[in-house]
Amino acid sequence: MEYFLTEEQQMIQEIAAKIATEKVRPVRAELDESEEFPWEIMEILAQSDLFGVYLPEEYGGLGGGVLENCLAIEEMGRACIAVATTFAASGLGAYPILLFGSEEQKQKYLPPIASGKKLAAFGVTEASAGSDAGGIQTTAKRDGDHYVLNGTKQWITNAGEAEIYTVVAMTDRTKGARGASAFIVERGDSGFSFGKKEKKMGLRASATRELLFNDCRIPADRLISREGTGFIVTMKTFDVSRPGIGALAVGLCQGALDISVEYARKRVQFGKPIITFQAVQHMLADMATETEASRALVYAAARYIDSGAKDISKISAISKLYPTDVAMRVTTNAVQVLGGYGYMRDYPVEKMMRDAKILQIYEGTNQIQRNIIGQELNKEYGRIKETFF
Amino acid sequence: MHIVVCIKQVPDAKNVRIDPETNTLVRQGVDSIVNPHDWYAVEAALLLRDEYGGKVTVMTMGPPQAEEALRETLALGVDEAVLLSDRAFAGADTWATSLTLARAIAKLEPVDLVICGKQAIDGDTAQVGPGLAAHLDQPYTTYGRKLELVDGSQLRVERLTDFGYEVVQMELPAVVTVVREIGDPRMPGLKHKMRAKKLEIPTWGAADLDLNAKEVGLQGSFTQVVKVFSPPPRSDREMINGEVEEQAEKLIQLLKEAKVSGL
Repeated sequence: MEYFLTEEQQMIQEIAAKIATEKVRPVRAELDESEEFPWEIMEILAQSDLFGVYLPEEYGGLGGGVLENCLAIEEMGRACIAVATTFAASGLGAYPILLFGSEEQKQKYLPPIASGKKLAAFGVTEASAGSDAGGIQTTAKRDGDHYVLNGTKQWITNAGEAEIYTVVAMTDRTKGARGASAFIVERGDSGFSFGKKEKKMGLRASATRELLFNDCRIPADRLISREGTGFIVTMKTFDVSRPGIGALAVGLCQGALDISVEYARKRVQFGKPIITFQAVQHMLADMATETEASRALVYAAARYIDSGAKDISKISAISKLYPTDVAMRVTTNAVQVLGGYGYMRDYPVEKMMRDAKILQIYEGTNQIQRNIIGQELNKEYGRIKETFF
Repeated sequence: MHIVVCIKQVPDAKNVRIDPETNTLVRQGVDSIVNPHDWYAVEAALLLRDEYGGKVTVMTMGPPQAEEALRETLALGVDEAVLLSDRAFAGADTWATSLTLARAIAKLEPVDLVICGKQAIDGDTAQVGPGLAAHLDQPYTTYGRKLELVDGSQLRVERLTDFGYEVVQMELPAVVTVVREIGDPRMPGLKHKMRAKKLEIPTWGAADLDLNAKEVGLQGSFTQVVKVFSPPPRSDREMINGEVEEQAEKLIQLLKEAKVSGL
């Protein structure tokens, strides 16, 4: 398919694809088994300038946007979404600074993220605050020129490995969601430490830990935007980051489809390659159709966001919801096409199926995406005066 | 430090076959790639530049489309490139090739070091590197697996052999060919790739190098390829099966029957 990408966008694809094929694919099974953090690959991605594709040139980036980021993520995801998530999560940590940070904060924190010298991470989720961000218990109390943070963030991607963390804490608990504020915390800040590494079903090369704040003192200028804007910062960050989750799903689907078709052409049963059987053909056809539809959706959403549009919450949620549900189906069917081999750890599709599940959960469960889409529909049609009957 | 890397564009060996009728290479529909061994030469040069500073110039002799090979290496961070292209260069053997490259290197002076891959996968001669050194009248060594600058004027080379490695040290300027053990070539960078796309690459012909038609290409070559062929399959082979002792006994018996001397 031709998506009319610019020369620069094609270069991003080519480089990310080369790294995925030559450096990620050969080690993905090993990384999954060992749960080792893919530092070596992160260094290669940094040297290849991929960490800065979506950041403005004045902060050391390449001046691209959401689409450029999605293209890099997709190509990496084709080989391994644990590695691709590690990459994408740094962007998730950077977006609050890019979107709402002061000029000083951008100057200080974005260049090392753009160059890949430092990884970033984003921390919202807590034991009792996942889908309901209003349930955040972590507090930030102003104390002279400082804020003092107390509490625990849970399941934070890149925790312990990243240098720069954007976290949401309550500056005024009486105000609920409107009492939340976003802060930049650096690894090494006093009173800031990490919990144990979580053991996960899939995405095992990605690091997931708790962030522990124990009278963590940070300078007051680490506050992003103003007190009380933490919830808005979070929602607007997700609005631009969610197509990236869609891109992870598209890459994963393509990787699973590649293996499924190649296998179906080679695997002989009843004297014929199984791809000649309609039962298998139709499965592959559905996989290919849903994968291409997802890709078109992600690119279209990314381009719309990059155009500077303001009403992006609905399309952003759609571009996460559909491809990730598709990824679960496509990877499950990839295991089915490979049959007994597919279920074995010696073949890559069982990992793909385990990895796929997280896509329907993180950065807002797909139920939450449906809530957002539903609420946006209600608002949108509430503004329309005409009738369609 | 100015390092020149000489590379060659070759047919992608994965797709090459020999026409059984004519015994010649079937080049139709075969992609051209950078000779795989040359990537290690590029990596060796970039490693030295990263460590000691300076610049890396990549050079190739070939048809105009060989410029693509140069741009591929620029995407890894090579600084400059030169294409040697002229109809008169066609059909060059290793002598004429290394003479042409040597003249171009002389034109780029000052050059401290020339690095080549150990050999090209099409011709497999491994002669162009040493040939260059002869034409440049410079010391050279081959099969380098590690390069190190000593006192700014000498190159210490760990040289891979069948039994381990030798350490040799030579005065710069010099020529060295390198092997895979140098380290995997780095991945292309986006900024380098964007620069590579736009960079103007000079093309030099025989006249630019003060070479006349008799010195280059087929005319300047001392050797000619008379015939290219697939070796015929070996016949009358006998596999010896059984336990090791039985195999050994049977082998000795057969060797005696064949009247091999010393048995």
